[in-house]
Amino acid sequence: MATQARRLPFPTLAGRLPDYIVPAIGILLVVLLVVWLGVNLIKTPSDFYRLFLIGLTNGAIYGLVALGYSLVYGILELINFAHGDVFMLGGMLVATMVSSFGLAGESGLYLWMMILLMLAIVMAFCAVINTTIELVAYRRLRHAPRLAPLITAIGMSFILQNIGLVWKGARPTSVDSILPKGEVFTIGGVTYTWDKFIVLLFTVPVLFLLILLVQRTRQGKAMRATAQDRDAAAMMGINVNRTISFTFFLAGALAGSAALLYALYITNIRYDEGFRLGLIAFTAAVVGGIGNLPGAVLGGLVIAMIESFNNGLSWATPGSDWTQSIIFALLIVILVFRPEGLLGERTPEGG
Amino acid sequence: MNVPGLPAERRAEFDAELRRRLFRGGIAAVAWIVLVIIFSGFTTSLIVSTAIILALYAVPWDWLRHGKWVVPAVAIVLAILYPYYRDELYEVPIFGPFPSVDTAVTMTIYIMMAIGLNIVVGYAGLLDLGYVAFYAMGAYTAAWFASPHFAESVGGVHVGSVGVSPEAEGFHVSIWVVLIVAAIFTSVVGVLIGLPTLRLRGDYLAIVTLGFGEIMPQIARNGDNLFGTGFNLTNGAQGINPIDPPGFGATISGWTGLPEDYLSFNASFLGRELGGIEVFYWTALALLLFTVFCSVRLRDSRLGRAWIAIREDETAAAAMGVPLMRTKTWAYAAGAFFGGIAGAYYASFKSGTFPDDFFFNISVFILCMVILGGMGNVWGVIVGGGFLAYLNQEGLGNIGAEINETFGTNIDVPLYQYGIFGAILVLVMLFKPEGLIPSARRKAEFEEGAVAEETLYDVRGAPE
Repeated sequence: MATQARRLPFPTLAGRLPDYIVPAIGILLVVLLVVWLGVNLIKTPSDFYRLFLIGLTNGAIYGLVALGYSLVYGILELINFAHGDVFMLGGMLVATMVSSFGLAGESGLYLWMMILLMLAIVMAFCAVINTTIELVAYRRLRHAPRLAPLITAIGMSFILQNIGLVWKGARPTSVDSILPKGEVFTIGGVTYTWDKFIVLLFTVPVLFLLILLVQRTRQGKAMRATAQDRDAAAMMGINVNRTISFTFFLAGALAGSAALLYALYITNIRYDEGFRLGLIAFTAAVVGGIGNLPGAVLGGLVIAMIESFNNGLSWATPGSDWTQSIIFALLIVILVFRPEGLLGERTPEGG
Repeated sequence: MNVPGLPAERRAEFDAELRRRLFRGGIAAVAWIVLVIIFSGFTTSLIVSTAIILALYAVPWDWLRHGKWVVPAVAIVLAILYPYYRDELYEVPIFGPFPSVDTAVTMTIYIMMAIGLNIVVGYAGLLDLGYVAFYAMGAYTAAWFASPHFAESVGGVHVGSVGVSPEAEGFHVSIWVVLIVAAIFTSVVGVLIGLPTLRLRGDYLAIVTLGFGEIMPQIARNGDNLFGTGFNLTNGAQGINPIDPPGFGATISGWTGLPEDYLSFNASFLGRELGGIEVFYWTALALLLFTVFCSVRLRDSRLGRAWIAIREDETAAAAMGVPLMRTKTWAYAAGAFFGGIAGAYYASFKSGTFPDDFFFNISVFILCMVILGGMGNVWGVIVGGGFLAYLNQEGLGNIGAEINETFGTNIDVPLYQYGIFGAILVLVMLFKPEGLIPSARRKAEFEEGAVAEETLYDVRGAPE
């Protein structure tokens, strides 16, 4: 192979870049970002606050979906492409339930009881779908090379999308708006309404409960052990299959809850929306540090803020045409330069 | 009768194998003929085509001197003559008539793309979920250099006029030059994408390529006012059309009789009226042959063996002195090269390029071809690519019509094409991960059983 170097003359990155270059560029970018946000804040404060609140709400939803990616990746090192589509199917179920329960125009205690009921149903629904997918499509490939389940996951994603397409057709399904629109607080002349606040009100305790579950319970311990070393965990008497199923169940339930919030807050859902949102949520999970639970929510917030500010601000803003490119560019930059994410620990994958 | 290239002592063995295959193939052929006659009636073409396939299968050609060329040679001849006998062919049950020449062009182009992706995924084992980006680069290169698109934005520029009127404004470079330019340009893009990202392994690389695959169409869609400069690079969501038809131009056409431009081409040859579509088909076929040739030669080259070494065990390959980055970057460049040619030719065949043609779905579609056929095996990829492209173009519509007619339903089958492709991905991965036609190398590995079990796509028996 010694001759190969001469046979294949090819430009490569000449050596390694100096160590300080990457952090320096990173800091420079952050400074530019702060300047950009600052100028926009001074120029159009009300826009800024409005977009900030939108970003906060969307970020919570992205975070919930991202938690599902993070949980599954943490335990199986598998990017579950179908996760976003499980979320989409949940949203469609919510749309069906809202109209068949006749919730439009309801209010008060009855509405809240029904929303809680729907939450329970949709969480169970998505959890069962996600667990079934694992059972049918991923379990057989547990010992396969890593690309095999990844390809299967893409296939599953397409299958679920088409189930949604058969179910609700190609047009967006609208969901009756049932959340109250009352004022929670006003900041800089911008009102934060209850329908947005509920999303936050839900996400924060879920995150804490989840961390508690993973850190403090026996089941959480089993999950962490399985994530670290499946064989060793099995030798310690942990039922690895059940633990992995439980993880998928949990991830599905989170997707279901996100689907309820999304459907009620955005008030429409389409068959390919899950895939799009899933990619964004996956980016969020990577930005925060995949496998790291608070990181997933942080990543969700970061991504949603970028999206919201880029869509709405006026000064030196690329605009909504470029939002997706910016998010994916961020994904690439993070994966290339800091694969462990903002809060994650360095893994061998980073190379 | 003496069989050329076969030692006398293997003659009995040869005869036994011949009889065995004749028996098996004969039963299949008779069953097929009966099936077709029941469902769509008798034609001579049914007997003739089945006999040809039986002859190709039954005789163990590989055992003979120069025998390994027989099947490819016959396949090439059959492919070239396809426009001549297509109308005589019978109707296949459920699938309906054989693909039209128009569909055959699309199939050929998709097969080229699949072979290009096969270099990246099949040989080097790098999962590329953004292959459509290369296809898009090729298509837009053709659109830039062979269309009136730049007539205004570059200020009355006038370069070349192959196949269009001599006064036409804009770049009108000959398609043959454009194909080369597109291929080189796309490889450069492949290298640029590869250099920072190929350090990543496995699924991270897949995600990064997916990211590029999503960014590229967005640039195409927003490129009519590139970064606010007002420069119209891609004409936005309307896409660029028309693109010049391929052709040889008036001068060469005058000397050789080759078509001046494909769209207005009309001639009679071997008793058949030929239009532009046949020439498109033969050109696509020539490009495909070139692609297959390069792909096979690359696979057997030093570089190709390095790719396969990386696919099978990256760490071991690195330890043996294979330069990982450089070898992988070459895989990207080679894969992108053919994607670029295919994209440019497809754009000029369709006479237009639109940003909505370059969604993630197309990447998965091409990936599905590679996986269905058998990762790493050119022949498998040709079969898989041809079949899926046919399904996409005509097959699903025919099958849907057949189903609706039989059961009185009203299902729009082509609407669910990606669900069907997704199901194919899952089923192949679960039950036959090496694909329908696994590569000879892998088959040999299995038969000898001497090679390490753990390869990238080996699903059975690989340790953690």
